[in-house]
Amino acid sequence: MLRRTTTILAAGLVAVATGAWSDADDNELVVNDEIEITTQAAAPAHVEGLSEIYSGWRFREVDTQAAQMDDFDNPAFLAVDAAQIKWDTVEGEAGKSCASCHDDVMESMKGVRAVYPKWNETAGEVRTLAMQINACRTENLKAEAYGYTSNDMTAMEALISVPSRGMPMDVAIDGPVQSTWEQGKEMYYTRYGQLELSCSNCHEDNYGNYIRADHLSQGQTNGFPVYRLKNTKLNQVQDRFKGCIRDTRAETFNPGSPEFVALELYVASRGNGLGVEAPSVRN
Amino acid sequence: MRLSTLTLAMTLAAGVAYANPVAPGDVSYTEYGAIEASLSGAPGDAVNGASVASSRAMGNCVACHKVSSLDAAFQGEVGPSLDGVADRWSESELRGIVANAKKTYEGTIMPSFYKISGFVRPGDAFTGKAAQGELDPLLSAQQIEDVVAFLMTLKAQ
Repeated sequence: MLRRTTTILAAGLVAVATGAWSDADDNELVVNDEIEITTQAAAPAHVEGLSEIYSGWRFREVDTQAAQMDDFDNPAFLAVDAAQIKWDTVEGEAGKSCASCHDDVMESMKGVRAVYPKWNETAGEVRTLAMQINACRTENLKAEAYGYTSNDMTAMEALISVPSRGMPMDVAIDGPVQSTWEQGKEMYYTRYGQLELSCSNCHEDNYGNYIRADHLSQGQTNGFPVYRLKNTKLNQVQDRFKGCIRDTRAETFNPGSPEFVALELYVASRGNGLGVEAPSVRN
Repeated sequence: MRLSTLTLAMTLAAGVAYANPVAPGDVSYTEYGAIEASLSGAPGDAVNGASVASSRAMGNCVACHKVSSLDAAFQGEVGPSLDGVADRWSESELRGIVANAKKTYEGTIMPSFYKISGFVRPGDAFTGKAAQGELDPLLSAQQIEDVVAFLMTLKAQ
């Protein structure tokens, strides 16, 4: 670990020395010395405003990057371990645990994180992973739903994401989800609030630039839930949306609202081709 | 009598030159987005303008712009550097850009600092809740004038 960190540090310093530190750096993300994660790819055809897509990992400081490269250093894994216990524990009136139906999460949930949000045919709606977790809890376990952005929810999202790490994001945008996707796209380019800022103003037009001390990324969601050093906990993607829109001096939307489901679908699709990183580490 | 005539004349003159302060909805922009007259009716204070430009709670110009003469950490790079900006723009043009840059540059990311309507889902400052009643502009008329006065000091050495 020490040797790897030193190598990364050196790579980071080279990037600074060549003056390229404003943009995404050239570091490569390999977790636990074995999971290679794609952090840069050609932009999907449906993203007109970008030619390349980059994970937010590529915009972070070297020590923040390093914290995600070994699960023993990644603070999110405390929550993952807690969620693993929940996964195996009977809860609710049906007398079942998650494992009763899904067995080993590392096998049964492989690939799941990469394709959410997705259409649920039975319910006739677009579902985020959080919505699906709650549907499973209330309908199958007969247990209480988790709060949408609660620690229980982000921990369970993180656990379910682990077996998909390194798999390319592959969110469907057509068929029954198309109108929701269009709604999310419309929101992405809407300039909200008294500051009149859209998602695209910062994350499409200005990624790589600094706003005060903040190094703007493309706002990709392949790392969510994200462990943020800023608040030392896992952060739910729609909680992040809420904060972003609030910071435009706007009346924001609530996590779990139809608007944020649409926005999550659209933003996730902008990252199609990036490897799943969740649970990631950011500042 | 002579005194009151004089006073009346001064008041009228003031009324014409300084309809002070001009409300955000009443600002008159030129075709190219400039504002000819002071918004507050008073001259700007460059020293105060420097503090408005540096402060997160006020203009926070340095969030997006580099201003080498300001002692403010982590200056941004989303907008152009303001060093030497007074060599490139007139006072009226700078006033227009600070008040509502979209009148000068259509579609610019820069927020409008003297505008109170026409927003999508305007909020109550940074609370995330809906705005209550009429919004205040991001900066007051006098703060705009102070910032413009400060910007007018930024000439190439």
